[in-house]
Amino acid sequence: MKYSIALRTIIVKEIFRFVRIWPQTLLPPAITTALYFLIFGKLIGDRIGTVNGATYMDYIVPGVILMSVISHSYANVVSSFYSTKFQRNIEELLVAPVPSWVILSGYVSGGIIRGLLVGLVVALISMLFDDIVINNLTITLSVAVLTATLFSLAGFINAILAESFDDISIIPNFVLTPLSYLGGVFYSVSMLPGIWQTLSKGNPILYMINAFRFGLIGVTDVNIELAYIITGGFIVLLASISLLLLHKGIGIKN
Amino acid sequence: MNALSIRNLRKTYNNGFEALKGINLDVEEGDFFALLGPNGAGKSTAIGIISSLVNSSSGSVSIFGHDLKTDLSRAKSCLGMVPQEVNFNQFDTVRSIVMNQAGYYGMARKLATQRTEYCLKQMDLWDKRDTVSRRLSGGMKRRVMIARAMVHAPKLLILDEPTAGVDIEIRRSMWKMMQSLNESGTTIILTTHYLEEAESLCRNIAIIDQGKIVEHSDMASLLARINIEHFVLDLAEPLDKTPVIPGYQLERVTDKVLNVEVPKKLGLNQLFVQLSALNIKVLSLKNKSNRLEQLFMDLIDTSTAG
Repeated sequence: MKYSIALRTIIVKEIFRFVRIWPQTLLPPAITTALYFLIFGKLIGDRIGTVNGATYMDYIVPGVILMSVISHSYANVVSSFYSTKFQRNIEELLVAPVPSWVILSGYVSGGIIRGLLVGLVVALISMLFDDIVINNLTITLSVAVLTATLFSLAGFINAILAESFDDISIIPNFVLTPLSYLGGVFYSVSMLPGIWQTLSKGNPILYMINAFRFGLIGVTDVNIELAYIITGGFIVLLASISLLLLHKGIGIKN
Repeated sequence: MNALSIRNLRKTYNNGFEALKGINLDVEEGDFFALLGPNGAGKSTAIGIISSLVNSSSGSVSIFGHDLKTDLSRAKSCLGMVPQEVNFNQFDTVRSIVMNQAGYYGMARKLATQRTEYCLKQMDLWDKRDTVSRRLSGGMKRRVMIARAMVHAPKLLILDEPTAGVDIEIRRSMWKMMQSLNESGTTIILTTHYLEEAESLCRNIAIIDQGKIVEHSDMASLLARINIEHFVLDLAEPLDKTPVIPGYQLERVTDKVLNVEVPKKLGLNQLFVQLSALNIKVLSLKNKSNRLEQLFMDLIDTSTAG
């Protein structure tokens, strides 16, 4: 492929970046999620009993893993691409014969790889507290990859449009985190009163978490096919917006 | 073939500022070309458009015959760009900055490694290859940017004020390096505020002011237009008053220093004959200002008045 070397260069650079700063990128999710599993899963979970037929620990493990995938794939791309813009080394890519789709693919791949790596770290931590037998490996992996792709793309758009470091923290803090917590990480939507159940079904993260939960432990509140359609639809939409922004040079060219 | 050809290039920013008002410019292959202009004249905008960092409003740019709109990839492959300000990742090592750039240009790893070594050695940076770039001096950072721009062996190299803020020793070594690159066949476009740099290095010149090209010619014929040169004379003995010599304009700066305006048609010989006749002994003389600087100021003043 004509641009494979350029693509590989961006991906390798991105991997080196987050591995070089592993105490900031890989260690914190291990500690945070270990505390989640200990406090919510063990200490409180033992008193809760079962949710949709699964132990509470079994129930929260998929949600916590996918929540980590979401936040880290997003964080990787938004911080890396915004720093590239801020330090103006985006110019290295813009002067070179690198098409927009290669730039996008490179940064999104970096986000996917970090998201999945963090997901793996959290999954390994969960094994200290719980024994999970994977229900469907294909669904588990495909939902994780698609979710990481979607949120890497979202991070990319955020980075392109951001004009300050404040702008790259607003979406993760005020949109992503609430939507993740309200997306059924710690509870089943069937436990909510009517109106809240309906509102929750407008939250796309709910579909991804439940599809991932189905892949891992065979329990879900949503239709799996619908979850794939929603995730795929958002990926197409966000990829198109990203390419349009890059093509027009919005946020990166004068 | 022209290394660079610009036709009717215009740029109006979103705030309505018209940075380029339809400029035309040709730079021949193999040339060492000076693009000069005061701050805010439109130089950086023009260079930004050529290097795909700024979108033009209208007009065309082609690099070695490859149009930026229809043949962007080939046009970019011919171009190396050394920006005014440091724009590499300051947490990367010198080698990885240059290697990554080679990767963006699609160079296979083996060739990229060889070219990186060659360029870093050319820039006298090989010993610093594993140094994190933020630890380098200002002059070294500029040389890293030149090595990075050269790694894909571009046919056209644009250097945007490469010697700004570096000491005279580094500046002279960079002049040598630029001359050597040009002699090896690389077309160079140089922007600088040091006009003696442009005068001594460049064969052709364009001056841009208020978004328009106000001068585009070869350096020799531009300098030949100078009718009056300004000199400063250091005298052996103090003078009480300013001497009067017909045809020359003299001004006493201190009792032992004279400023003289020398019309080209009269020359210096006649001046010295007259000074000797007045028993004024001159110890040394120097140009009051760089020759190109005077022309530059005249052209800019004319453009502003127009």
